Amino acid sequence: MSTLTDPPNESFRLSMLINDTRYRSLTFQVIAAIVLALCIWYLGNNLIQNLRAAGLNISYAFLGDSAGYDINQRLVEYDSQSSHARAALVGVLNTLLVAFLACITATIFGVIAGVLRLSNNWLVSKLMAVYVEIFRNIPVLIWIIIIFTIMTAVLPGPREFRGDDATSSMLFDAFAFTNRGIYTPLPWFQNGIFESASMNWLLVLAGLGLSWVAAHQINAWANNKQEATGVRPKTLLPVLAAWLVPFLALTMIMGLTWEYPELKGFNFTGGIKVGGPLIALWFALSIYTGAFIAENVRAGIQAVSKGQTEAAAALGLRPRRVMNLVVLPQAMRVIIPPLISQFLNITKNSSLAIAVGYADITATLGGITLNQTGRAIECVLLLMLFYLTASLVISMVMNVYNASVKLKER
Amino acid sequence: MSDTHAQTVAFVRETQIPPAPPPASETGVVKWLRENLFSNAANSALTIAALAVIYMVLQNTLPWILNGVWTTSSLAECREILQGKTGACFSVLTERWNQLLYGFKYPSDAYWRPNLALVLLLFAAAPVLFFDLPRKLLIFTAIYPFLAFWLIWGGTLMVPVVALLGFAAGAAVFQTFGKSSFAIAFFGAIAAAFAVWIAGGMLIPEGASENAWLSPVPSRDLGGFMLNLMLGVTCVSLSLPLGIALALGRQSDMPLIKWMCVIFIEFVRGVPLITLLFVASVMLAYFFPPESTVDLFLRVVIMITMFSAAYIAEVIRGGLAALPKGQYEAADSLGLDYAQAMRLIILPQALKISIPGIVNVAVGLFKDTTLVSVISMFDLVGMIRGPILASTEWNGVYWELLGFAALLFFVVCYGISQYSQWLERRLATDHR
Repeated sequence: MSTLTDPPNESFRLSMLINDTRYRSLTFQVIAAIVLALCIWYLGNNLIQNLRAAGLNISYAFLGDSAGYDINQRLVEYDSQSSHARAALVGVLNTLLVAFLACITATIFGVIAGVLRLSNNWLVSKLMAVYVEIFRNIPVLIWIIIIFTIMTAVLPGPREFRGDDATSSMLFDAFAFTNRGIYTPLPWFQNGIFESASMNWLLVLAGLGLSWVAAHQINAWANNKQEATGVRPKTLLPVLAAWLVPFLALTMIMGLTWEYPELKGFNFTGGIKVGGPLIALWFALSIYTGAFIAENVRAGIQAVSKGQTEAAAALGLRPRRVMNLVVLPQAMRVIIPPLISQFLNITKNSSLAIAVGYADITATLGGITLNQTGRAIECVLLLMLFYLTASLVISMVMNVYNASVKLKER
Repeated sequence: MSDTHAQTVAFVRETQIPPAPPPASETGVVKWLRENLFSNAANSALTIAALAVIYMVLQNTLPWILNGVWTTSSLAECREILQGKTGACFSVLTERWNQLLYGFKYPSDAYWRPNLALVLLLFAAAPVLFFDLPRKLLIFTAIYPFLAFWLIWGGTLMVPVVALLGFAAGAAVFQTFGKSSFAIAFFGAIAAAFAVWIAGGMLIPEGASENAWLSPVPSRDLGGFMLNLMLGVTCVSLSLPLGIALALGRQSDMPLIKWMCVIFIEFVRGVPLITLLFVASVMLAYFFPPESTVDLFLRVVIMITMFSAAYIAEVIRGGLAALPKGQYEAADSLGLDYAQAMRLIILPQALKISIPGIVNVAVGLFKDTTLVSVISMFDLVGMIRGPILASTEWNGVYWELLGFAALLFFVVCYGISQYSQWLERRLATDHR
């Protein structure tokens, strides 16, 4: 017969701090906290001493001072009298612009290359493999410089468009491809409803939003009809009408006209100027990231098991519907998460704009403003804050989308 | 049966016909072409389009490469020889070869030192990369970093020797106490290493580097492709252990350590490398003691190592998460403590799963070393954009230089990715 006794009530010994699993993690955390605090104290102390020695302080007042430099490519009003904060805003918008454009085109390049790499056509699939390997294995900085060089070296200067025996001519009299950038016609409203041009554009955007809702409704109605009767009504015409009619009506009412670029003096005026650095950066980022996305797309499509395709074919679905209804929705689940990180990479790589002189946030706040004011710590901190926020927002938006397409399990 | 046949059918073949050869369209090259290139109209169109693309590329580049001039000393001479024909001016590569590889300030009578360091790197890396080689070679791998430091930077031999002795003392202490308690051994090893370094630092006489056998080279004189290689190799090898530590820290049950790791990793992954390089070039100096001057190379190595450690940590975290929970429980039930379980059971499997990801990070990091040209260090791209293209002789020779840089990076990166694929096949011990 055995009796159960309480475990011996040990008194606390110092060695238990390291040998007893109940206390050990606490010990380690206390040590880590002390080390961390010491590090912060050491670095902070050095910082204070260095700043005092250099006669500096941490202050963001310089943001209100006049910047005193010009920026060619800008989305909002800016001149050299504007403040450093305004210059930073121009940079932020430029970063977002090139990142947004490059995300779209990189996805297009990537999807095309990824699908073509799986093609039955031997030559095409090998060609795509070469594209992917070449672009993945060469630094993006070199690609940006190469493409910028192509633009400036190969395209004609504005002067070659001049005179009766001009060596270059505008495409359709509307587009001019020069080594300073591409000039395209600018749409504007002759008799807009609002004073400011941007309000008119917002109105058009609102109209398009309504169209989207209407097209969505039509689709839902067709889906219900199909569920009920098994026959899907034809929706192409109504959807087209929902998209086009409000848009055309709005632009007709407001009198949409185009302002064409014209050669005046040494340069083109009028129209929209898309600067050479922007185009080089945009194209380089898209074609470089496109190679990575192509691999993601290929992996996603290959991850859908062959049985799925065969089962869909056995049900009598046509190849296109097999792709649209069976393969792609499943492949998307594999493709989306790496695609998110590629979009983040594009946003972060757009900071290489500084190499070709595109005025993004790194070039304005981290480049010229930093050099002019000497406020290194403040500028670099603001720069990091912006990129951190941008990364968080992008991954949040894409994660919401990811959650909506991912496998619904019990 | 054959009898009745003879009466009902007019003709019966008694012998089998020898098999006819397949029609010409179903054999050999023609069949391959039909199946792979021209199986239907759309495919044929694609093939023709692809051929057109290939033709256009070759038409533009082949004459340019084949007409290349290799032996002039300036672009003007090149143009004179070419007389308006298309042709590359590769002589910029031959004339500026040393600048492209070593930068423009590295003493030319010391070029053999980085060369020797590179050759020795191959020997040092071999036992790490190929496990079939004898394990004894790892001793050389352990010595190599100090040897390479001495070869490239020159100066007195005492510095690397003291550094090596410090590590050796730490390792010895760890070996002695490692059996009884991991924590004591770990902290004891750190203390022993520091003791040796401090004592050794006092022993090195002032100005020992001045008349050393290898003349000292300051790190601002390093440049060219050598700088890219050095940054790549150093940062990858330093960030691997740091990345493992961060990944384990992020998996830890201790909230404080876990959150420190999470904040570090997410912060570093959220900002572009270029901002971290700005930190290295303009901000980090404020955080060092006022009298010290930490040179730019070291500051850049610190920042790039932190950067790639965060990415490697995420890759390894994926590997840790992919291990079945049973592996952790099995290690616990064998009575292994945390360090043993990690070293013997968990990490070997998790690292094996993470190899492709780690290699991707390494390749990406090596490509990213070109970014140091933005903070005015003269790596390969910095040399091309700065001193070479700005010189009067070679102003305008973009294609040859950029093409050469692209080729160098392609060869190295493609080589690494091929190695990783070989390694994956080699380590695939599960049965498929």
